Amino acid sequence: MNGHTTAEKILANSADLEEVWPGDHIICKVDMAMAHDMGTPSIIEYFKEMGVENVWDTSKIVCVMDHIAPSHHVADADSKVSIRKFIQETGIQNFYDVGSGISHNILPEYGHVRPGELVVGTDSHTTSHGTFGAAGTGLGYTEMAYVLATGETWLRVPETIKFEFRGEFSKWVGAKDLILHIAGEYGTDFGQYKSIEYTGDPINSMELDDRFMFPNMSVELGAKFGFTPVDSKVTDYIDKRTDTPYKSRDADIDASYSEIYQMDVSSISPKISIPHKVDNVVDVEDVENIKLDQVFIGSCTNGKFQDLKIAAEILNGKQIAKGMRLIVTPASRAIYSRALKNGIIDVLTDSGAVVTNSTCGACVGRGMGIIGEGEVCLAAMNRNFRGRMGSYESEIYLSSVATAAASSITGMITDPRRKL
Amino acid sequence: MKGIAHIFGEDISTDVILPTDYTHGSTIDYKHVFDPVRPGFADEIERGDMVVAGKNFGCGSSRESAPIAIQLSGVSAVVAESFSRIFYRNAIAIGLPVITAKRITDFVSEGNEIEINLDTGVILNNTTGVEIEGESMPREIQSIFEAGGLIKHYKLNKD
Repeated sequence: MNGHTTAEKILANSADLEEVWPGDHIICKVDMAMAHDMGTPSIIEYFKEMGVENVWDTSKIVCVMDHIAPSHHVADADSKVSIRKFIQETGIQNFYDVGSGISHNILPEYGHVRPGELVVGTDSHTTSHGTFGAAGTGLGYTEMAYVLATGETWLRVPETIKFEFRGEFSKWVGAKDLILHIAGEYGTDFGQYKSIEYTGDPINSMELDDRFMFPNMSVELGAKFGFTPVDSKVTDYIDKRTDTPYKSRDADIDASYSEIYQMDVSSISPKISIPHKVDNVVDVEDVENIKLDQVFIGSCTNGKFQDLKIAAEILNGKQIAKGMRLIVTPASRAIYSRALKNGIIDVLTDSGAVVTNSTCGACVGRGMGIIGEGEVCLAAMNRNFRGRMGSYESEIYLSSVATAAASSITGMITDPRRKL
Repeated sequence: MKGIAHIFGEDISTDVILPTDYTHGSTIDYKHVFDPVRPGFADEIERGDMVVAGKNFGCGSSRESAPIAIQLSGVSAVVAESFSRIFYRNAIAIGLPVITAKRITDFVSEGNEIEINLDTGVILNNTTGVEIEGESMPREIQSIFEAGGLIKHYKLNKD
């Protein structure tokens, strides 16, 4: 077999090499670099320490104020002052201030991501861009300072794992349940240092909003990259947003994989990840009596238009349980605006939900839904590590939006298939 | 290099290494390192001590505050059964030694003195006399580490 996986093809191109193989360490040219408000203050310091005056390419850097937005500590407000000054000084062209939304949703929305490209960001969920055929991966702040100065980074070419899905999901079961099922079956480190390709009819028939789940949560499986196939849904979306030419680099038919998994999705039931690890996965039936203080629907993972639409479908004409909070955070202003025009925001607020501005917010424990000691939150987001949403003595359960919305009506973890 | 080992479990996330609330701008309050699982760690250890952990150390977010807090607290190296890739890169970028050693937690207990050879990846447990084979950092990126991190490496090589 002489073919190459998506990751190998993108990395060979970015390193200006004929071909690359897993295990090669290569220097890659970056197509797009993203930094957010939590990382940028350190990046600025390192960048200055390097003694560099100009960033490598002002058009290829995107800066997003999404993590602590709006600021609620003076220190965070001050750091945004320094970021805005840096953007002005360097002439970085793509700056998205507080309220624009979460970087992973904004980059594709505003045409900063194309198939075949290498995207790095100071955020682990940068893997999301594999939805659009781009190799996206997270870096730290020192490495991002280096990228801003040089446009380059080193990468080890990863082995690739392939998932081949078949069958049809049952009603109220979908992408989130499947990715949690995979985490539960194989663990949160089985994809370590690797790339994952997700294929098959269940993926092909999904809306991009739902496909996004797989590249996005690939980092929860330890992976460097995650990809879903590039088809006309992807190219239609991209072509509306960018004039920059691109070349899709989908895997060759004879590519070599380190592992191939086949899975029928029709038998999957709604899944719950219980505290404090993403791979502590059970069926919803096993934890249905757990009482909740808060339900959260949001983050790059679950704050998309399709997510809000499902939440509204379930909550339409209903009230959330007494003594419980429902926090909904659309992932971007564009999503918020579309949901507003479709009457979704009305349905959610009428049910008793708090709809916040677009931000990472509660998912990253920095506002808009922090939980206190002894509290239990069911969250349609990506991580349930101890202390992530606030108190170390709180508990986070993860689920799909359908399960979260159904549970917000009863005030306890509820199987969406039973409730509806 | 040698130091006293402090043992941690599997899947120690960056949220657990330094809860996000202790980072504002570029200020990192390292005194709270490992707070959710081992409060008081920064006060309790001596400079040069080492962290020994199970698999998937540093999983979760890409926050560099996690390896920086570990480094600032005085820890001289982290040995783990495996590392999350972003944490691993970040540690190299800031010059914090990271060694992968399968089943290390079977051979090292809290308070043992361990000695690490960064070139070979061999770890000697001075308390028990057991020698454990670890993996040194990939040759290709060792020059970054040897320079003292990526920024220093850049300054050394920019001309």
